[in-house]
Amino acid sequence: MKIDTVKVFLNELGKLTQFSLRFFLEGIKPRYEFNEWARQCFFIGYQSLLLTGVTGFIIGLVITIQSHPSMEAFGTESWLPSVVSVSLVREIVPVITALICAGKIGSGIGAELGSMKVTEQIDAMEVSGTNPYKYLVVTRILASTLMLPLLVITSDAISLYGAYIGVNMKQVVSFSLYTNQVFAKLNFGDVLPSIFKSFFFGFAIGAIGCYKGYNTEHGTEGVGRAANSAVVVATFAVFLIDLIAAQMADILHIT
Amino acid sequence: MDAQPVIVTQNVFKAFGKNKVLQGFDFKLMEKENVVILGKSGSGKSVLIKCIIGLMKPDAGSIKVFGEEVTQFNTKQFETLRAKVGFLFQSNALYDSMTVRENLEFPLRRHAVSSDGTNMLDLVKEALGNVGLEHTIDMMPSDLSGGMRKRIALARTLILKPRIILYDEPTTGLDPITGKEISRLMLDIQKKYNTASLIISHDVNCVKIVANRIVVLIDGISYAEGTYQELIQSTDSKVKQFFD
Ligand SMILES: Nc1ncnc2c1ncn2[C@@H]1O[C@H](COP(=O)(O)OP(=O)(O)OP(=O)(O)O)[C@@H](O)[C@H]1O
Ligand SMILES: [Mg+2]
Repeated sequence: MKIDTVKVFLNELGKLTQFSLRFFLEGIKPRYEFNEWARQCFFIGYQSLLLTGVTGFIIGLVITIQSHPSMEAFGTESWLPSVVSVSLVREIVPVITALICAGKIGSGIGAELGSMKVTEQIDAMEVSGTNPYKYLVVTRILASTLMLPLLVITSDAISLYGAYIGVNMKQVVSFSLYTNQVFAKLNFGDVLPSIFKSFFFGFAIGAIGCYKGYNTEHGTEGVGRAANSAVVVATFAVFLIDLIAAQMADILHIT
Repeated sequence: MDAQPVIVTQNVFKAFGKNKVLQGFDFKLMEKENVVILGKSGSGKSVLIKCIIGLMKPDAGSIKVFGEEVTQFNTKQFETLRAKVGFLFQSNALYDSMTVRENLEFPLRRHAVSSDGTNMLDLVKEALGNVGLEHTIDMMPSDLSGGMRKRIALARTLILKPRIILYDEPTTGLDPITGKEISRLMLDIQKKYNTASLIISHDVNCVKIVANRIVVLIDGISYAEGTYQELIQSTDSKVKQFFD
């Protein structure tokens, strides 16, 4: 029983890896589906911007408000901007943004490709001489890989603004003093790894959504299941990548 | 008549696990001919035409299209073949995120503009004209009725002017009147473009209108064969059940 579960898991993992590797094999070969890619960038990037931006703002604000009492107790209130900004940029904002995208983008791609699969639209593409993997999968994975870091960067900026407002709720700090304090502590070693790992978040979310959708079975019922498991697996993948990234950063002394 | 066969299948086998679907299916489709394959639901009709167009691979046997063995084809060869063979899906398979026009343009992306310089829009209009639905050009598939969607799907299949069209249950799910309209349309198109058609169906009305010849698929083999008049007089109960 248990062995079976492990087998199913490893089997699935193998297929997912194979599916993702095809991205590199087929993605580099021309004909490039530029229009579809641009359309996907719009859907994945622009249409998630409001959601991730608002979340970033709230997170920045809330973390600051919550940290204030304990920092005050230690008499380290003036450190608030630098401490909060480091934890926001290094960890909280990238992971929260990725989780939101795992939900929004992962389920969206899973459901879209899933319904195309069960209504034979993917077969129809193949028959009409367009490679559906290239047209549907490569474009989506590429779009989410490139859009996620951009979403993270904008969310970073917005969350720092949220934190600025949070700081100002209890004391008056000018914007220039605040930015000085933030950038005194926040350096390249904080920003770069977090953007770097966002590429992996984006790749994983796109690949998992596509994989689940592309392999949908059992009619319309399967579409819901595909979307659902795309979110679950992508969420898990985000945490896994985050863990690996933290270890790597530690080993490479990017601190 | 010295018509050439365009599709020949010999001894085609296909099973899914223990479910033996095709068990040595033999059949021929000649130039300009309309052949209907009649069979019960689940008898493997869709599997058969998917093997012909390369969406599935048969376990054994030979399938020749225009004299070439397609079971050994690679992706490139299939691409060339598919420009000459149209496929009308059972579920229409219209791209529901695209307008009717974009749906029809999609097959043209690959095969570019025809050699005589007609542009894409003209081809789209011509194809829509053939099915009498020019006015739907900017509509979304979801805004159309079932019969209209079937006709748009047919227009999309026609746009590359294929020499063979494979129809997977073109009239299933439509009311009898619309079903007859579609059947007549298929006949008109066959005459206009001189195509050969392989039609899968269990709709006797459609069979009556379009079939030059009927092949009955039972238990994974070509069980009986003949014209409508011949088969309707059959005394075999397995064949008779289709015509009651
Ligand atoms: N991808 C697949 N995997 C497993 N089994 C399949 C697959 N496709 C078809 N089958 C099985 O093959 C058999 C024949 O299916 P097929 O779709 O060809 O039926 P059909 O004759 O077209 O029926 P219908 O008239 O309902 O469309 C069915 O038992 C089906 O369960
Ligand atoms: Mg079928």
